[in-house]
Amino acid sequence: MITQGTFGCLPDLDDDQIAAQLSYAVDHGWAISIELTDDPHPLNRFWEMWGLPLFDLTGPQAALHEIRACRQAFPDQYVRVNAFDSRKGRESIVLSFLVQRPAVEPGFRLERQAGPGRRMRYTLHPYAADRPHGERYR
Amino acid sequence: MTTTSGRWDAGVIPYAQMGYYEPDYEPKDTDVLAAFRITPQPGVDPAEAGAAVAGESSTATWTVVWTDRLTDHSRYQAKCYRVDPVPGAPDQYIARIAYDLDLFEEGSIANMTSSIIGNVFGFKALRALRLEDLRIPVAYVKTFDGPPHGIVAEREMLNKYGRPLLGCTVKPKLGLSARNYGQVVYEGLRGGLDFTKDDENINSQPFMRWRERYLWCMEAVERAQERTGEVKGHYLNVTAPSMEDMYERAEFAKELGSVVVMMDLTVGYTAMTSMSKWARRNGVLLHLHRAGHATFTRQKAHGVSFRVVAKWCRLLGVDHLHAGTVVGKLEGDPNNVRGYYDTLRLGHVDADPVKGLYFDQDWVSMPGVMPVASGGIHAGQTHQLLHYLGEDCILQFGGGTIGHPMGIAAGATANRVAVEALILARNEGRDMLAEGEDLLRAASRRSPELQAALDTWGSVTFDYESTDTPDAVVTVTP
Repeated sequence: MITQGTFGCLPDLDDDQIAAQLSYAVDHGWAISIELTDDPHPLNRFWEMWGLPLFDLTGPQAALHEIRACRQAFPDQYVRVNAFDSRKGRESIVLSFLVQRPAVEPGFRLERQAGPGRRMRYTLHPYAADRPHGERYR
Repeated sequence: MTTTSGRWDAGVIPYAQMGYYEPDYEPKDTDVLAAFRITPQPGVDPAEAGAAVAGESSTATWTVVWTDRLTDHSRYQAKCYRVDPVPGAPDQYIARIAYDLDLFEEGSIANMTSSIIGNVFGFKALRALRLEDLRIPVAYVKTFDGPPHGIVAEREMLNKYGRPLLGCTVKPKLGLSARNYGQVVYEGLRGGLDFTKDDENINSQPFMRWRERYLWCMEAVERAQERTGEVKGHYLNVTAPSMEDMYERAEFAKELGSVVVMMDLTVGYTAMTSMSKWARRNGVLLHLHRAGHATFTRQKAHGVSFRVVAKWCRLLGVDHLHAGTVVGKLEGDPNNVRGYYDTLRLGHVDADPVKGLYFDQDWVSMPGVMPVASGGIHAGQTHQLLHYLGEDCILQFGGGTIGHPMGIAAGATANRVAVEALILARNEGRDMLAEGEDLLRAASRRSPELQAALDTWGSVTFDYESTDTPDAVVTVTP
């Protein structure tokens, strides 16, 4: 199980808990983005966007609705919520947590390429990425 | 014009009469301003003492020299423009001194320190002297590179948002072989920490040479990334006898893929600036351990306040700096610590005597430094740590990870679960500070690791009075 995200080491959040976090973001004026991927490599940062980020929200419902729609369309993929703070000095993500993970997570293979002087080059390889997009996590 | 009668007569005349005391002086926006706590020798007039500090930290020598008259001397003379008695300390005064920008080399902390805390601290007419705070003008701030990455870029690099980062110093700090040391790193990171850390005095000793340590630690980091799918790091300490050795170690850390290296304050301001430039050039985070700082920051009457050291380190450019815990085993008055954290993180800091901040400080667009809380802290204090320190910081539980009864990985998990559970609850609108213990207990029902941590350390506190406190006392008014 990957432990990415602000709450990566807690049990998966239920929808009430997700709604509470969305409310926190909305109360701070943050935009909310929903994103999905089938490549959980820790350096894969650009997940597919589920539409544009939601700006000017007044409550958690719109975002929750989109999360449910995204899960329904991609039940076998990772889905996360990112919240963006546009204020000067931050202008970046301020909250990011998973709202869905695949039923089975095969994890990663660590490949080592030994070099001179025991230098090591490491490559992290998600098992899921062995199969093409759309066929992973099935 | 500052000339007074007899100003240029050969011999010794008071500093105040040489133009180093100007109570009517209006500081310019481009001046460097300093607040010194002065304790004059008995019988020495406070204004003269303040003028002496201004003089000895700028152009003056002990006697009149005619060569001053070949210069636009009044510009180069620092000016003591205000002297205030310290409430409750009859022998102490706060002297404010203005320095013209042209007294300093651009981008050089070494030069700023040589001027402002150079000779003057040994001056006989004072019993004690402390640099309390500095206002660095925007024009000077802009000549420094600042943090190689800063808080925002670091979070984007690590893909970690919305909670404090978690670290742990490998213990015992001395004696472990490189292989065994790496085992601690692996266990801590796979359990849930974001970083592990070399201690300040781990450099390259006979029991573990630096190259062995780097190889084993990076094996541990990579294995932990494989297990968790997260970016992990170990602060590889590159502190070494010479700059050439430091560069060699940093290059090797970079080649192995480390996202972070560290150095100790003991290497000095110029070496730290060099490492900062290296870190910026190579995209590696730079962690600074403030080893040795308490030798000159701790005593209230003499030395340099840590808030000034924090300012210098943000200017010369580090990504992490140890800045106190409030609740742990090391010195740190809560209000002063708050002042250090503000100084490291905010874009603009307002003067606030309660936090020991004497001047407004504008950081313009310089990124913030991630403050590190380390020393005698444990999962049972997480609500207090989050309350006092906020979420843009690194909480380092050393003993509080490695000493866990179920093992190092369990200790790491306990800390991570504690932090995440409290952030979750805070965002849900709960009163984290008041309900902290209950929230932690609730979270521990689904985490045997956290439960064991609370059972082991829940009641451990370090309640000693701080030696370094602000002069202003908050008075609660009804």
